[in-house]
Amino acid sequence: MFYREAGDFKTSYVDDNQTFPIKFDRYRYYVVLAVAFGIIPFLINDYWANALLLPFLIYAIAAIGLNILVGYCGQVSLGTGGFMAVGAYACYKLMTAFPDVSMFIHVILAGGITAIVGVLFGLPSLRIKGFYLAVATLAAQFFLVWLFNRVPWFYNYSASGQINAPERDVFGIIITGPNAPAWATYLFCLIFLTICAIIARNLTRGTTGRTWMAIRDMDIAAEIIGVNPLKAKLTAFAVSSFFVGIAGALFFAVYLGAVEVGEVFGIQKSFLVLFMIIIGGLGSIFGSFAGAAFLVLLPVVLKVTGVDLLGWPTDIVAHLQLVIVGALIITFLILEPHGLAQLWRVAKEKLRLWPFPH
Amino acid sequence: MLDSTEGYVTEDGRKIGGVVMEMKNITLRFGGVVAIKDISFDIREGEIRAIIGPNGAGKSSMLNVISGFYVPQEGEVWFHGSKRPPMRPFEVAQQGIARTFQNIALFEGMSVLDNVMTGRLNFMRTNMFQQAWWKGKAEAEEVANREAVEKIIDFLEIQHIRKTPVSRLPYGLKKRVELARALAAEPKLLLLDEPMAGMNVEEKEDMSRFILDVNDEFGTTIALIEHDMGVVMDLSDRVVVMDYGKKIGDGTPDEVRSNQDVIDAYLGVSHD
Repeated sequence: MFYREAGDFKTSYVDDNQTFPIKFDRYRYYVVLAVAFGIIPFLINDYWANALLLPFLIYAIAAIGLNILVGYCGQVSLGTGGFMAVGAYACYKLMTAFPDVSMFIHVILAGGITAIVGVLFGLPSLRIKGFYLAVATLAAQFFLVWLFNRVPWFYNYSASGQINAPERDVFGIIITGPNAPAWATYLFCLIFLTICAIIARNLTRGTTGRTWMAIRDMDIAAEIIGVNPLKAKLTAFAVSSFFVGIAGALFFAVYLGAVEVGEVFGIQKSFLVLFMIIIGGLGSIFGSFAGAAFLVLLPVVLKVTGVDLLGWPTDIVAHLQLVIVGALIITFLILEPHGLAQLWRVAKEKLRLWPFPH
Repeated sequence: MLDSTEGYVTEDGRKIGGVVMEMKNITLRFGGVVAIKDISFDIREGEIRAIIGPNGAGKSSMLNVISGFYVPQEGEVWFHGSKRPPMRPFEVAQQGIARTFQNIALFEGMSVLDNVMTGRLNFMRTNMFQQAWWKGKAEAEEVANREAVEKIIDFLEIQHIRKTPVSRLPYGLKKRVELARALAAEPKLLLLDEPMAGMNVEEKEDMSRFILDVNDEFGTTIALIEHDMGVVMDLSDRVVVMDYGKKIGDGTPDEVRSNQDVIDAYLGVSHD
């Protein structure tokens, strides 16, 4: 009953264009921000940070990135893992080459480098689309992982072939390495997620977003009304890879600390992020959050209920998780291609009229 | 024959200006099939120019040549007094030529407002970094273009469906939204590919009224393809008639109506 836009009149186009046009949504957004920035850092411990919060924040960035490419611009990509690896290795090289520079700058630069690589691998999208483009990005995935495995310069000639994040700080607060406090790593990732989400929202509600969606919905018509397909597709690849690169850099430097590229940034990772946006909702920023939260929470919930409460063997639970995710993907693709975000939207529509059916 | 710079006055007293677009000896082939064969005609400023002909006559191909989607093997396209080099469709759009499609080509996943806003691309100047920041230039640009778009939305009477996703609209409204998107570009030349196909009489009347109003209000030059002869004869100032890729008639509706070749093409010729 309280959720409705009745009486919430807009008298300017600026008001009408805002991210949360409904007052209730706007206040909820402020509350979520306040809790995330003002309360959670005081309550957080290592378990919560490492099991739930950090992976959620980082995957949400990656999911927003991939959603821009797949959900908004309609260019299917299976190279997310490879692009995350680019971000991670770029960050590693920067961290070791310039130890005194702030981590903020390293992570942003890593995103920038990934954006350039993304544009290079996005060039085939001008000629091919759909399934064939997916295969081309799959080639990027395998090529990049192979590259980081085979060229010792990327891992600074370390004996193990792994990369390890040295201890680095932001304004004197340690962010990476084993001594980093949980609240600091959490806040560091949260800041990036917030900025990425705002940028993504601003781009998708404006001109750039409309050209992306035009290309997605009907590329020929888009071109005839004046969308430059080259520019639209390559900017989508660039922005998407920028976010994915930031996610990769954070995943390596802040979350894991040590990375073996084939294991961490393999094809599995590409699919995981793709599943997130399919379940969460293609073409929705909120959907990226929902999908990331869902797929990060699912294993934890299953483990707690299955192993800890019901006493099932660990391997059964692990396989059960695969079964559930697979079933969910199929269900969502058939029943609700727009994912959790659409379910949420429908629920809101119903709630607006509740208790009346129409 | 009219001179290319001087205009003429229509029956209803509108002044038609000089040549906006001129097609000179256009020939378009697909492999061995000749879709358009050596056709020349012009479109003058402020007029409503119809292209008619039986099915398969090459009308849509002609429109696709004008909008840059097909590049003719022979012939020249002159726009505003200069020869147009071969260019991509989006560059043609940037020159000020907008169009609608025979089968509706709206962006189904977007709202009506977003669809029409996409038509304003030519007026968007901010770069991606300004848009990412949003506050300031990008927002000001968005609001300025929104005002222009709202005028068109008012004009075409689609205020009530502004925020509705296009996929939920009925056919007639979709056609109107498509016209709105083309108008949003403030085109110098508006191409309409069968704007009334599949409509009932009332919708056709509405659409005819909008086309005349657009021409009247904004002075837009319009080239349209239409099968409904009654509509064509009422709306257009001059008509090009095509058959099997050739031009068989060109002139005012009355001239065309009494042209023996045109009558033969539409009714068939007796072979006795």
